[in-house]
Amino acid sequence: MFPLEAEAIDAILLSLRLSATVTGLLLFLGTPLAWWLARTRSPLKGMVEALVVLPLFLPPTVLGFYMLLAMGPQGPIGALTKALGLQGLPFTFSGLVVTSMLYSVPFVVQPLQNAFASIQPRMLEAANSLRAGPWVTFGRIVLPLSKRGFLTAAVMGFAHTIGEFGVVLMVGGNIPGETRLVSIEIYDYVEAFDYPKAHALAGMMVAFAFCMLLLLYGFGVGRDSLMRR
Amino acid sequence: MIKARFDRKLGDFRLQIDLALPSRGVTIIFGASGSGKTTFLRCMAGLTPEARGYLAVGDQVWQDDDRGIYLPCHRRPIGYVFQDAALFPHLTVEKNLLFGLQRVAPELRWISMDQAIKLLGIGQLLQRDPCHLSGGEQQRVALARALLTSPQILLLDEPLAALDLPMKREILPYLERLRLELNIPIIYVTHALDELTRLGDHLIQMDQGRVTREGPIAAALSWVTHSADPEGEWGGVLFTLVAGHDRLSGLTDLTFEGGALKVSLVDRPVGTMVRLRVKPNDISLALNKAMATSILNIVDVLITDITTTPDPYQVMVHLAIGKTSLTARITLYSLRNLKLAPGMRVFAQIKAVSLLI
Repeated sequence: MFPLEAEAIDAILLSLRLSATVTGLLLFLGTPLAWWLARTRSPLKGMVEALVVLPLFLPPTVLGFYMLLAMGPQGPIGALTKALGLQGLPFTFSGLVVTSMLYSVPFVVQPLQNAFASIQPRMLEAANSLRAGPWVTFGRIVLPLSKRGFLTAAVMGFAHTIGEFGVVLMVGGNIPGETRLVSIEIYDYVEAFDYPKAHALAGMMVAFAFCMLLLLYGFGVGRDSLMRR
Repeated sequence: MIKARFDRKLGDFRLQIDLALPSRGVTIIFGASGSGKTTFLRCMAGLTPEARGYLAVGDQVWQDDDRGIYLPCHRRPIGYVFQDAALFPHLTVEKNLLFGLQRVAPELRWISMDQAIKLLGIGQLLQRDPCHLSGGEQQRVALARALLTSPQILLLDEPLAALDLPMKREILPYLERLRLELNIPIIYVTHALDELTRLGDHLIQMDQGRVTREGPIAAALSWVTHSADPEGEWGGVLFTLVAGHDRLSGLTDLTFEGGALKVSLVDRPVGTMVRLRVKPNDISLALNKAMATSILNIVDVLITDITTTPDPYQVMVHLAIGKTSLTARITLYSLRNLKLAPGMRVFAQIKAVSLLI
């Protein structure tokens, strides 16, 4: 096994913390958005869908660049944080969270939207006719029927956030313990020709990605029993 | 009394209803597909909030747009059964049943889990998953699930339409049992004459979003069968009363407006109403009343109409006995031979009847 140095372990913990925070927030905020997208007939739907998918089609540096500007002292988000008396977001962990959320939105919202759209309206009507209001219907019918959608969204959101580089480099820079993530640490090692350390971290990332996918597809095979379909 | 008034536009289609429905028995909403009968039922259930109108069940107002009253579906004490059962796939049969039951306060319940399970004969299915049930079983579970919310009205949207004939036969007796044993009104949407004649007490006929005719079943049946089945292929229904039993001969005497019949023993008390279906092939016509014959039932009828059938050598003779109409299929040869014509009185020899309820 390759040795892991303290700074590498810091980077790993920071990456995990960032991914967990981003995934949690995205599941929480993405659920109502995905529900709206799956059910609405509003003319705005197409535009919102396009915006949700947009990060997929942009080079990460483009998104990172604009977020850096927006969060800077002259940008709208920067003005907002200043007005609220908060610290500026660039080169902070919070700034990484906000930017990573934007970048990972499609990976969370799309699986949720697909899962919600595949629930027949009749199921919701049946629940309503059995005295279940909207919240109970969501908790007892929609959530269990879209279990797989949530699992996919969580795994994709987490894995995608762990793996990003361009966006976080633009917005976060390279501050140890604050914004120096695993992907950036690897880059630093390679720059310094320290291949064994780069190997240790990079190999771990490969193993991690594989395990996440195994989890996802492992459950996918077992879907029939999981969903009782 | 249930008072319903609805107005709903959906593209070219417009539902316009203004009705008072009886608060007892089975009210059949009958009509071709696209006539608006399911839309009407959904309006009553509160599943189409877009519909404007008024709905009061007993003394409770569920919807009144003039006063800004609208109870959403989950606050209406209804039981609703969909055409395709709509059981929750991730819950067992038992949990499906409990889903609605849990949400009804114990003091408002008029039926227990055990009673509902027994009434619909689903005791063996409780631990099964809905996907492992037959269509008929699914529909019985859906009926029990709806009943367990102790509704004040039961709304059934073509509950047999998705089933094949053997399954229909399996589930009809359960529906008859509900009709006899429940004290709540049942609104039953269908386009099948079978279900209408077996289950209906009151009839509403719809066409293109409007009510075309309405009335108690006995009076309404002839015009409905006539419009749904102009050829008379389905036959006629006799509403009879049990007058007495001749146990020695194994026969029951039935009386009806315009005559009497003897049929194989019907195990019902004297005075009960019995519905009989008479098929066109089971009636033959005679100019004179045959005296020495093995046919038990010969009634005096009036010929109202004579129509053609797909078979060029056969005709359909439409008959009236009091308010009841029957049809007889005879050969063109006999028609000419007997010189039958509308307005003539003849004798109908009824060879067989089938018991509906």
